[in-house]
Order: sequence, then structure tokens, then C-alpha cells
Amino acid sequence: MSESTSKTQQISLSKGLNLGLRRALEDDPKVLLMGEDIGKLGGVFRVTDGLQKDFGEARVVDTPLAESGIVGTAVGLALAGYRPVVEIQFDGFVYPAFDQIVTQVAKMRARALGKVSMPIVIRIPFGGGIGAVEHHSESPEAYFAMTAGLRVVAASNPVEAYWMIQQAIASDDPVIFFEPKRRYWDKAELDPTATPYPLYASRVVRQGTDATLVAYGPMVKTCLEAAAAAADEGRSLEVIDLRTLSPLDLEPVYASVRKTGRLITVHEASVFLGMGAEIAAKVTEKCFYSLEAPVLRVGAPHTPYPPSRVEEEFLPDLDRVLDAVDRAFAF
Amino acid sequence: MVTSRKGAGGKTAAKKKAGATNPDLVQLLTPEGDLVEHPEYSIDLTPEEYRGLYRDMVLVRRIDAEGTALQRQGELGLWAPLLGQEAAQVGSGRAQTAEDYAFPTYREHGVAWCRDVDPVNLLGMFRGVNNGGWDPNEKNFHLYTIVIGSQTLHATGYAMGMQRDGREGAVIAYFGDGASSQGDVNEAFVFASVNNAPVVFFCQNNQWAISEPNERQFRVPLYQRAAGFGFPGVRVDGNDVLACLAVTRAALEHARSGNGPMLVEAFTYRMGAHTTTDDPTRYRSADELEEWKAKDPIMRMRAFLEKSDNADEAFFKEVDAEADAVAADIRARCVAMTDPQPISIFDHVYAEPHPLMDEERAEYGAYWESFEGAH
Repeated sequence: MSESTSKTQQISLSKGLNLGLRRALEDDPKVLLMGEDIGKLGGVFRVTDGLQKDFGEARVVDTPLAESGIVGTAVGLALAGYRPVVEIQFDGFVYPAFDQIVTQVAKMRARALGKVSMPIVIRIPFGGGIGAVEHHSESPEAYFAMTAGLRVVAASNPVEAYWMIQQAIASDDPVIFFEPKRRYWDKAELDPTATPYPLYASRVVRQGTDATLVAYGPMVKTCLEAAAAAADEGRSLEVIDLRTLSPLDLEPVYASVRKTGRLITVHEASVFLGMGAEIAAKVTEKCFYSLEAPVLRVGAPHTPYPPSRVEEEFLPDLDRVLDAVDRAFAF
Repeated sequence: MVTSRKGAGGKTAAKKKAGATNPDLVQLLTPEGDLVEHPEYSIDLTPEEYRGLYRDMVLVRRIDAEGTALQRQGELGLWAPLLGQEAAQVGSGRAQTAEDYAFPTYREHGVAWCRDVDPVNLLGMFRGVNNGGWDPNEKNFHLYTIVIGSQTLHATGYAMGMQRDGREGAVIAYFGDGASSQGDVNEAFVFASVNNAPVVFFCQNNQWAISEPNERQFRVPLYQRAAGFGFPGVRVDGNDVLACLAVTRAALEHARSGNGPMLVEAFTYRMGAHTTTDDPTRYRSADELEEWKAKDPIMRMRAFLEKSDNADEAFFKEVDAEADAVAADIRARCVAMTDPQPISIFDHVYAEPHPLMDEERAEYGAYWESFEGAH
């Protein structure tokens, strides 16, 4: 035990991704990183810091500023046997590549009746809370989750980021990999010798008995904080980190709801047609007789992401989550 | 500019006339079937090779006609005819080596033929029994791409992969005059240029993007656009199979030799409809069609073969008979294509297990099976 403890290190989420990418580059010569400013600069969030220096310009590629071009050429590289890992600089910049992702990446394997695969990872920093200008704080995950052929995951902390990025790269399917932008600087202890949790599985991150909170990405921390605050008030909340948005792994959610009878979904994206809507529908279908209250959804109003001076009001926070918990109990 | 040098002229081959009339259009065979010299490009084939190009074009036109007929008879949902573009496709198709890789639009039936792709493979999508279906790596011929211009980026990425692996071949990306307005095509030019990728962009300018003429797409001749991206562009008579072969060979060699991308604009004409749902009489004149019929790619090759004594009447009859046989074979195999089982829609969506696929396969499968006489 002492040996593995000695191997642990304190890392940020950004560093976790960096170490995971480094390991993937070391393990498989077919892995390539592609994106804007990922070379010398190390990416605007420094996720690829130092990788071009160590792996060269042919494997850590500074691309032209054209998102469709980045993803479209990644398709060709994947057809040629490579495993491209694409960085989209910000959530709001993915839309020029939307056509290539939805029309080409997602469907190529089915069109070829399984004779080709698209082992492409598209990394997208997502969500708000960093005081950014317009188009830098969005949560577009549902667009991708509803597209068959794509897999969609979201990391919530540094350790998860380290493992999940490697697992996504190893996947033979295209993976949209959401990174919680405002948590890039959060720190945690990483033990690189540990056994990773499976990629496409949700996970109970706090046990509880009175109500269930389900979240992913940046909202997992918010929910954990809400659960801690609720505990002070004598309420025991279970928190589930969804981790994978496509496929969804809802068995742990069903099990939790059968225990607690109350479910609150939490994400930064719009409540309207957000991931919470699908989860609520499935839970209603599978756990109808266990529910003490309707599934409640916490998320954003159906407006464009607002100017940053009001984003604190716009984004779900501890109070908004606990308010929903109160409403679930008052039902 | 590759094509801007005036012809040196004066070459001696007895049957060749000196000097192309249009310096911005590489032509080696006139519509009348006479060979002409070009200062930059030349072709010298064996009689068998000349006959082979003619045969390819006749067979491809026949396959295409069969596609249209099959659609008219309800055996295909749609067909995109290549009528008129045989020289551009066969010339560029025969320029490719086995190591090269082609990324087609949905109209490249002639290129597919040259790459030895079974024509029946092309029919699946138009019949509605699959959305592509063939293995792109078997003949280095990617699936047909329907969304306009997307494949030029795939081609460029594939070329970047070939470049990294030090592979022998080059990539050829097909697109049309309409696609030249797409962002993806222009992004492909940028990515290919800055990466010096071994890719030839082969534009069949067939004058019409459904109903929109060239004037709705660009103000500068397409091949000249390459200069702005930093690589050579050349315009070739797209109805001249010899020029298309010579120019594409040179362009692929340019790419294979590490000189980066090249743009070839094959100036041709879509003599038929955009697809079988289209009615070109609504947007273009009968005179225009007649004008281009006089430049027909097959007629000029036949005239050349006759004038040069490279083929006799028996050969032409033989090719026509072969064309009918190929068409009959395709027809038979097309109508024999069975509909896919509904449950197969869940296959191949993902490479790795996916719980929702399994769940829905079971649910829909049970539902469909619940009907009497279900599969």
C-alpha cells in the first residue's frame, strides 16, 4: 500500500487530461492530437502543455482555424488508421464542425456496414462560470447525445479526467469528450496505478437515503456541496455522477430512486429538452411506483447564455439545487 | 500558372495539329477526333490503351443509362446520371494507380468502374437497401458522399495519413462546381496547402449545380482559385479523355512526389438531369445542350480511333455488345437485391457494445415479431 501511496500526486483537472493524453501518445503511435493553439501554447487551457515539445509537430498538430476542417481531416486520418484527438477550443466554437460530426463522424461506420470505424475523440471544454465573453460558456451536450453513432461523456474531476480521456482514446467509436471548464483548476490526488472505473458507467459519488441528485461534469461538485449542506440540515442526499451521456447508464439511478423515492437532475444546459428530460422520462417509466414526487429538473432557463455579469444567477448553484430538493419533499 | 504558357508548337508527330486554341484549357483531342499538341501535357498510348478508354466510356455510359432505366421502373429510388462526364471520370480514373485513393461524390460511377468497384455496389444506396455498404479499403474507393463537399476534407485527412506513413500513393478528391462554394472545400484547400498533403482536387465543372449555373457560384475561373491557396491549378477539357488522363496523371505524380496538392478543373457538361427527380428543361436551353452534344466525349474518341486506324467496326460492335451484357448483368443483380431485415438497422451503429442499441433491438424486434407473417 505504501508503494502505491508514494506514487500519488496532486494534480489539477487540466493536468489530469495532460497526463492522460501523454500516456495515450506514449502507448499508441497512431494517436494524434489536433487543434488550434495546442502546440507551443499548449492550448488556451494548457491541457496539451509540453506535448508538442515531447512528441513533435506531426503528432501534436497546430491546425488552421477551421473547426469543420479539423474534424473533417480527422475523419480522413481515422480512415487511414490514425486515432485523432481533436480539441475544440470552446463549446461555442464546435458548431462549424457540427455537420462533420453529426453527418460524417457519427454515421460513417453504419454507412460502411461496419467495415470502417471512427476512433476519434472530440474534446470540448464546456459550461460557464468563468466570466467569459459570449460563446465561451455553453453546454451543447444534448445535441450530440441525441445523435446515434456518437458516444458522449463528461468528466467531473481530475482523477476521472486522467482515466476517462485514455479510455475514450482507446474506444473504437467516436467520443465527444466534455471537459468542465470551470473545474480545470480543481485539484485532487491521482494514483496512476489504480484500476480505472469503466468509461460508460455512472457512479454513486455520495451515498444518501432521502433524495437522489444526478449530475455530470461541473455540476457534480455543486451537487456534492449541496449534499453536504443538506446533511447539516438533516437530509441525506445521494449524488450520482452520470459520467456517460450516451450511452446513458441509468441502472444506478433506478436503484437509487427505488431507495430514496425522489430524483433531481442537475445540469447547466437548458432544462427544456436537456439531458434531465430523458432521465426523468426513463425514471418515470422504470421507477413509477417508487417515486414519492415527480422528477424535478434543475438547469438553465431557455435563453441564450447571458452576459457574464449575470451568469451566477443563470447557472444552477447550491441554493437552486436545495430549492429543488425542498420542492421534492414538499410535494 | 500551369496552363498559361503559350504552346511552343512545331512538334512533328504527323497526325497531330499544333497548338490548342484555348490556352486556358488543356486539350489533346478535338471534338472532331484530331490529336493536338499541348506544350505541357502529352499522351502516348498503345492502340490497346486507346481502345480501352473508349470501351470504358461506352460501358460506363451504358451502366449509367441502366441506372436511369432502373429508377424509371421503380427498382431504384433515385439515380444521379453521369451522362456527358464519361471522359472526366474515365480519364481521371485511369490515371490512378492501385495505391491511390479516391473520395467520390455520389456521381462517380465512372471512377468506380475504373477502380474496379462492382457497379452493383453503387446501386444499393440508390435502391435504398443500404447507405453505402461497400468496404472503402477494398478498392481504395471511399463511400459516396451526399452532403456537398464534405469528402474533400476526408480526402485531405487521408492524404495527411498517407504522408505520415510514407505511403506510395496520392489521394484524389472529387467535387463539383457547386461544391466549390462550400466552406469544407475551401477548408480542404487550406489544410492540404499548409500540410503539403498529397491530394489532387478534381473538380468536374459540369456547368450546373442542379439549376444554378456557374455564375451563381464564382466570378473567377475555378482552377485559378488554387493560386490563392498556394498550389497549382489547371483547367482541362473535361470531354477529352486523353487530356483528362494526361493532366490527372501529372497532378497525381505531382502530389506523390511530395509537391503537395493540385487542383484540376475538368470543364465538362452534365448532359442529363441532376438526378432522376430533376427537370433540366426548366432552367437551361435546348440549344446549350445541342452545343455540348457536339463535344461528346465518346463520339470524339470514336472518331479518333477510326481516323487513326486504331479500331475497326468489329471492335465497336464488340464493345456495344459487351455494354449490353454488363447492363443486363447489373439489372439482374439489382432486382435480386433483397430488402434488409428491419432489425439490421441496429447493426454497425457502434463498434463496441452499446446498451441502448441492445435494449431497443430487443424492444423493436419483439414488436415487429409480434405481427403475423413477420420476418
